[in-house]
This record gives sequence, structure tokens and C-alpha cells, in this order.
Amino acid sequence: MSLEVVLLVAAALFAVGLYGALSQQVVVMVMMGLELMVNGVLLAAAGFWWFMAPAPSGQVLLLVVLAAMTVEMAMGFAVATLLHRRRQTDMTDMAEDLSR
Amino acid sequence: MVAAIVFWGLAVVAVAAGVAVFVVDSMARATYALALSFIAVGALIILLQQSYLGVITILMMVMEMAVMAVYMVMFMGMNPALMPMDMTHGKKTAIGASAGVFVLLASGALLIPWPERRGVPAEDITNALGLEIMGEKMLVMAVVGPVMVATIVSGVVLAAGRTRYDRLGDDLRRRPADDPQPGGVGR
Repeated sequence: MSLEVVLLVAAALFAVGLYGALSQQVVVMVMMGLELMVNGVLLAAAGFWWFMAPAPSGQVLLLVVLAAMTVEMAMGFAVATLLHRRRQTDMTDMAEDLSR
Repeated sequence: MVAAIVFWGLAVVAVAAGVAVFVVDSMARATYALALSFIAVGALIILLQQSYLGVITILMMVMEMAVMAVYMVMFMGMNPALMPMDMTHGKKTAIGASAGVFVLLASGALLIPWPERRGVPAEDITNALGLEIMGEKMLVMAVVGPVMVATIVSGVVLAAGRTRYDRLGDDLRRRPADDPQPGGVGR
């Protein structure tokens, strides 16, 4: 087990999540892709902490990443609920107003 | 040696479950796959001696996936375990972008001459984290707290069907206003 290997696994998780976030149409599936990307960031941060700077302040960064994950998920669910209520849909293609 | 085997096992499970999220043909299975990926990453974090953070990752994500499953039953209007689906767009672009990002990140991870492991973690890592967030890094937690409260408030405002801005006047039994834009008082 080395830092390179941990970062490689984290990169794989991030890339898989990016694929999901870009390719999925259902809002909940896009959120799953984003979660996977943050999952990779979390693992990379844990690896950096263990191999490069095992000081307690490094763990605080992981806590912040976890908090960001929670906020992303809660707001995503709220927006998807609003989308469903207003437009009876859960697809990103039906909510592309800002892309025009 | 044992740690390396466990690490590789968990790494394969984490990535394979992550891939399965977008390969399986039902959203329920995708949710379970994502939960499995998070459990594997939580276990990897525990393997890197950060037991507290690993455990909260697992607990938080399992609960989150449970909420996600309930959410799908609420909104999809079908049995998500039985209904196959393929709702994607721009697949080739997405594959190209993610492969490019992986090559970039992986080459960075492999080509940078990382120094040897340095520093020694505290004897009781969880205790040290507790002292840190209650001491020097209290500002971080003091900011995270209000952000969480703001998330709760804005989540409820967005998700609620009828909020204070859509109230029907003082009399809650009044019929809603027939305005082109919602938000007016009742008549």
C-alpha cells in the first residue's frame, strides 16, 4: 500500500463518478455520480493525510469534505423535489432553461 | 501483507461497485451499489487509521442511500427494482471526458516523485481530532454548523409544497389566488 496506489483508486472513483454526472439523465443518478466523485476526493484526502501529513488538522479537511457531501445531497434532493412538483419530471433534459 | 491484500480487495470492491452504479438496469440496484462503494471507501479510510471518519462515512452514506431508495419509490411511480432503464445522453463524450480525467489524475499520481511517508500520527487519532476541532480549528466547525442550518432551511423552502411565501392570507382555509406567478395571497 502506497500513496500512488491510493491516489490511483481515488482517480478511478472520480473518473467513474464524472462519467455518471455527465451521462445520466435522471437527476438522482446525476447526484450519484457527484457523490462518487466526492468519494474519490475523500479517499485521496485520507491517503494524503496518512502518507504526507498525519497531523490532526488534516482530518478536519476530511470532515469538511463529508459536510460538503451532505450539503450536496440535501440540496440535490430538494431541487429534485421542486422539479418534480413544478414539472412532473425527474430528468435533467427537462430543466435546461439556463443552458439556452 | 494482510493489510495490502485487504486494501486491494476493498479498492476493487469500491471501484467495481462504483462502475455498477451506472451499469445495472434499475435505480434500486444502483443505490445499493453506491452504498457498497461507500462502505468499501469507509473501510479503506479505517485501514488508513482514521477509524472515526471511516465509521461516520459508512453510517452517513448507508442512511443517505436508504433515503435515496425511499425517494425513488416516492417519485418514480414504479417498482424501481423491476423496471429496467437506460436514461443516458452524450455517452461517448462522457466516456471520453472521464477517461481523459482518469489518465490525467493517474499520470499525476504515478509520475510525481512523492516523498517517503513522513510524520507520525497522534497516539489516539480520534482524540487528537476532537481536540483540534474544539481548539485551533474551531472556526471551521463554527462555519460548518451554520452552513448545515442554512442547508436545512433552504432545503425545506425548496421542497415544501406551500411555504410562507405561498400562504393564502391570514385565513388558511381560503382558496389560493389564481395568479400567473405563485406567491400571492388568497382572495
